[in-house]
Amino acid sequence: MALLPQLRAFARSLCGNATLADDLVQEAAIRAWSARATFVPGSSMKAWTFTILRNAFLSNLRKDRRQTAPSHDAMRDWTPAEQEDGLHIADLERALGRLGPERRAALLLVTIGDFSYAEAAQICDCPIGTLRSRISRARRDLGKMLDHPKPVD
Amino acid sequence: MLTQPDRPGNGRRKPNGTAPSPQRRERQPGWIQGLRQIYNSVLDEPLPPSFDSLLKKLDDENGGRG
Repeated sequence: MALLPQLRAFARSLCGNATLADDLVQEAAIRAWSARATFVPGSSMKAWTFTILRNAFLSNLRKDRRQTAPSHDAMRDWTPAEQEDGLHIADLERALGRLGPERRAALLLVTIGDFSYAEAAQICDCPIGTLRSRISRARRDLGKMLDHPKPVD
Repeated sequence: MLTQPDRPGNGRRKPNGTAPSPQRRERQPGWIQGLRQIYNSVLDEPLPPSFDSLLKKLDDENGGRG
């Protein structure tokens, strides 16, 4: 349970919504408790719980498309906020929400979850090459959205 | 010979919330700091009351197993 704050923080970045994130973490915690016999002693509890959380997130997305249904083209219909003083957190959260969930999860695991590529690939249940590709595209898309110049009038 | 762990933009593990070295910070896009800000802000929050009931439930189940 010492991981709850980290799980909440990861879930918040994934979901972009505090209530959904907390619901997700509680669901993941219950799943982890129920599956505790499958945890391999000596392996990373953090990676194991983050795996459960990620899987719960994607599972819920499939069941409820209302949470977020980003297009494959993150830039489509993207409207940059008018701002003069650099990146605002609200813009970042909006841009994150535009990323595909798989890419978003991959990016967050590595950039803020402090997982290595190998660990993140295991969590995402994909080859490292696939993970790299997801992260690369996520970074590209975020860069485009957040560095997008203001529309010319 | 491996000299760095396989991860982008940061060649070493760091505790949650600590900033990368100045050299690394210069090469990272600005939104990475924003991501950390979002993440760290939640880390600093107290657990909401709904989690108390979750913890109690798990404790109860653990106690029930004897």
